[in-house]
Amino acid sequence: MSTGLLYALSGVGLFMLGAVGVIVLAHLMRKVLAFNVMGSGAFLVLVGLAQRTGQPDPVPQAMVLTGIVVAVAATALALGLARALHARTGGVTLTQGEDGD
Amino acid sequence: MTVNEMLPLAVIASSLLPGMVIFALPEARVGLRSVLNLLGAMSKLVFVILLLEGVARGEVYGFRHTVLPGLDLVFKADALALLFVTLSTVLWLFTTIYAIGYLEGSPHRSRFFGFFSLCVTATVGLAMAGNLFTFFVFYELLTLSTFPLVVHRGTPQAMRGGTVYLAYTLAGGALLLTGIVWLHGLMGQVDFVHGGSVAALGPQATAQIKVVFLLLIAGVGVKAALVPLHGWLPQAMVAPAPVSALLHAVAVVKAGAFGIVRIVYEVYGVEYAQSLGLLKPLAIAAAVTIVWGSLRALTQDDLKKRLAYSTVSQVSYIALGVALFGPVGTIGGLAHLVHQGIMKITLFFAAGNYAETLGVHKVSELDGAGRRMPLTSAAFTIAAFGMIGVAPTAGYVSKWYLGEGALAAGMDWVVAVLWTSSLLNAAYFLPILYRLWFRPPPAAWPAEHIPARGWRETGWLLLAPPLITAAAVLVTGLFAEAGWSPLAWAKLIAAREYLQ
Amino acid sequence: MTEAWLEPAAWLIILPLAWASVAFLAGPGRGARLAILALVAQLGLALELAADLTQRGARMHAVGGWGAPLGIDLMADGLSAVMLLLTQAVALPIAVYAQAYFAETHHRHAATWFWPLAGFLLAAMNALFLSADLFNLYVTLELLGLAAVGLVAVGGGTAQITAALRYLLVSLLASGGYLLGVALLYGAYGTVSMTTLAPLAVGQTPLAVWIAAGLMLVGLLAKTALLPFHFWLPPAHGGAPAPVSALLSALVVKASFYLVLRLALGPFAMMTGTAAGLIGVLGASAILWGAWQALRAQRLKQLVAWSTVAQLGYLFLIFPLLAADGLALQAGALQVVAHGLAKAALFAAAGVLMRATGRDTVEGLAGVAGRVPLTLFAFGLAGVSIMGLPPSAGFLAKWLLIDAALKQGQWGWIVVIIVGSLLAAGYIFRVLRQAFLLAPEDSHFQPVPRRLEWVAFVLAAASVLLGLRGAELVALLGVGS
Repeated sequence: MSTGLLYALSGVGLFMLGAVGVIVLAHLMRKVLAFNVMGSGAFLVLVGLAQRTGQPDPVPQAMVLTGIVVAVAATALALGLARALHARTGGVTLTQGEDGD
Repeated sequence: MTVNEMLPLAVIASSLLPGMVIFALPEARVGLRSVLNLLGAMSKLVFVILLLEGVARGEVYGFRHTVLPGLDLVFKADALALLFVTLSTVLWLFTTIYAIGYLEGSPHRSRFFGFFSLCVTATVGLAMAGNLFTFFVFYELLTLSTFPLVVHRGTPQAMRGGTVYLAYTLAGGALLLTGIVWLHGLMGQVDFVHGGSVAALGPQATAQIKVVFLLLIAGVGVKAALVPLHGWLPQAMVAPAPVSALLHAVAVVKAGAFGIVRIVYEVYGVEYAQSLGLLKPLAIAAAVTIVWGSLRALTQDDLKKRLAYSTVSQVSYIALGVALFGPVGTIGGLAHLVHQGIMKITLFFAAGNYAETLGVHKVSELDGAGRRMPLTSAAFTIAAFGMIGVAPTAGYVSKWYLGEGALAAGMDWVVAVLWTSSLLNAAYFLPILYRLWFRPPPAAWPAEHIPARGWRETGWLLLAPPLITAAAVLVTGLFAEAGWSPLAWAKLIAAREYLQ
Repeated sequence: MTEAWLEPAAWLIILPLAWASVAFLAGPGRGARLAILALVAQLGLALELAADLTQRGARMHAVGGWGAPLGIDLMADGLSAVMLLLTQAVALPIAVYAQAYFAETHHRHAATWFWPLAGFLLAAMNALFLSADLFNLYVTLELLGLAAVGLVAVGGGTAQITAALRYLLVSLLASGGYLLGVALLYGAYGTVSMTTLAPLAVGQTPLAVWIAAGLMLVGLLAKTALLPFHFWLPPAHGGAPAPVSALLSALVVKASFYLVLRLALGPFAMMTGTAAGLIGVLGASAILWGAWQALRAQRLKQLVAWSTVAQLGYLFLIFPLLAADGLALQAGALQVVAHGLAKAALFAAAGVLMRATGRDTVEGLAGVAGRVPLTLFAFGLAGVSIMGLPPSAGFLAKWLLIDAALKQGQWGWIVVIIVGSLLAAGYIFRVLRQAFLLAPEDSHFQPVPRRLEWVAFVLAAASVLLGLRGAELVALLGVGS
């Protein structure tokens, strides 16, 4: 097994771990962190798989850079919304069924 | 665009455009609204007369607009279309006059007259539809534009009537659509042509074609109130009288009956429909409806409900005429399309006058109303005799041709149905006439809104329309052989349908 | 178009970015006026692009002269042009609506955020419709999602923020799945360009590609709120201010659908072919379940939002029916456009009705017909398109769908389409019936700016009248395919 594939496989593992976290965890901070783990997993796959040819490939590097910027923006938005929710309700979780209709 | 393309569009636009303006008018602009209404009705009449004259000469009027590849909106103003267009246009004029009088001072009149205009727009569009798709477009438009009229009063009762109306008509529309798309899939666009075009599909599609026929007829049968699809019609009676006139005489049930005519003659072709054995079941359904409607009418005390069941019965004369294989039956059915319209609208105008003037809604309250309102009651009497089929009214003429047609087609049992129906019609109309003329009036009417002033027993806007249409019932019967009569026009259509 | 800097495709992305930034700095008053002006220009650009495409066929534009793989290529064909036209055609009237809607003082806060976010939303959406490679699509999709989430929260209420957070989490999970899929595809084929991928992903495909396709499709379906991923939509669309709901329901969900369609027509033709039946069944369930919930909804905007769930279901019925005759594709495009216009009109009308009655319940509408007749007429007209009655564009879409199903002998879908239409009639007329009732004695209605009423009416009329111009739309759709 090449190093690239190893990176990719651990990336998939991280991704799944993160995805489960986003779904299962209740605390909003934990959800946001889990999302970041998920994102990092995807980036690892992207960079890892591209290394299999042995030569450096600039395209995935560019993609990952862009992806990181997007992920930072998403994280900021999520944290902002979580803070706004906390300011209004004092809670840090999404209470279920408040809009049952 | 040539004149022959423009004229059918002008007929449609002459009610559509005033309707749109009326929607936007403030409630208080009574004068302007009435002028717009009448201007639309009169100009439509002028366009229709131009068309009639042209078609009699042999001109071809039509228009085609592509909506999707292989799907066109087609209009054609042929003789059959004009039979219905003329009926609607003339009766719309009278109904508008009547409605202006009837709704004087009531709220939401801009909305009412807006939808009223849309409704007649849909009717003339449907009449001039040149293919099944176009027919369907206006068929559904008719449903949508009549719903606000049915629920116009805004009472819970009106809402219930409106909901039943919608449930029936939208379900019918869904059946019709399925049939149309199916046929479309089999043979592409289905234009209305003399002699029909379905026969070209050949024998291997026969089973499918029969199912499609059932779907199409059930779809239009809802509006034509064929038993057991008639349940909405008595429920829709909660609407104001001009709307009832519209539903029963001008637009809705006629649209259904007209659809049956187009489908049998110009989609399937009467010979082909006969060879598939489709006409006999249609005739039986019509016969059952005729008898059933009359039986139900017998027991109704509510005057408008009795008239509604009478419509269920009478409209099926048209379907019956179509189902009788042969030109004489066709003539009877088509003539009845017009005759039933003018007779039934007279009855509803009169019923509206009793309700609006005296507060009388029930048959049992009509005692002596003939002395209080002799002119209205005279009109009612003439129309009722027409419904029974007494000579020399219009109803007699159509029944005569239907009977002749039945004998010519070798369907003698139909004559028995016609006789039974006439007896039943007499059984539910004569007691009303007896009460009107021979029973003493009560000490006080239930709610007398409009006092009598000399010979003017009620407002003149309410009085004039039934008198004119009652006169028309007599004139079309007496001069049935004249060149301009509905009967003569029906003969022209029958000649064109059968000689192709 | 000889000069690159005049390229309308590029300006369709630059313009909204520019006015969004200026609106952020200049505040809602001037921001709104600028946005409306710019949107007029954008509509003109979209029309010019469509006209140009019809004449000269599909085309490619390398941004700044830097082409793929490191630069960005903009691709425009008939499908993109249809989507771009719809987007600008809905956004312009909604902007006019929003300017009047947010004019009241207690909406000041919402207005501050609405204009910049709406601009970024439109820029992301236009870019998405013009992108030609899977990674650019990921970026635009994510930007679109973030702007949309921001818009949901614009009102600042607790319920709105909760709905926004839930929407954000679904959106992030979904685009995460999409990104992983892109990574796997790049690993397998070394490219993310749709045109290059399409011929590669046929025949023997490695397992990784199947997984990638699954991840990307599921992610996109979740973003399009296809049943069973629909749960986030009714609170998000039903809770936001009316102009936001209109943008979200009419446009944003269509963007991810567009992407599903692109993938199904291009690189994933084989994968979607295999899963087409399942997608169709999900669509059918969405039609029935969404309509059923709309029939039961107590609140007006919830009703309209559930109607979106149902109407999106129709879009997914096309996948089992995609065939060489193109009928299903045309049906899908028409449904996207018809629903876009009609749903924007419904939300605009719902906003007026709420203003007039002072509450958001279906119950409270009694008698409103007499007060805002134009709005009610608009609601009815838009309803005609939603119900799929003629002569609306919604009708043409359903007609084509039924036609496609008949041609392939797949009868089940026809039943669903027709039952769905009847259910739609049920919930539309539920509103109209209530509005036509006599007003209760104690009811008092608030005056509503006429402009709000007219916008609802114009959108509704457009969705109906478009039914008469279906041929032009289909012709445009055919460019480059």
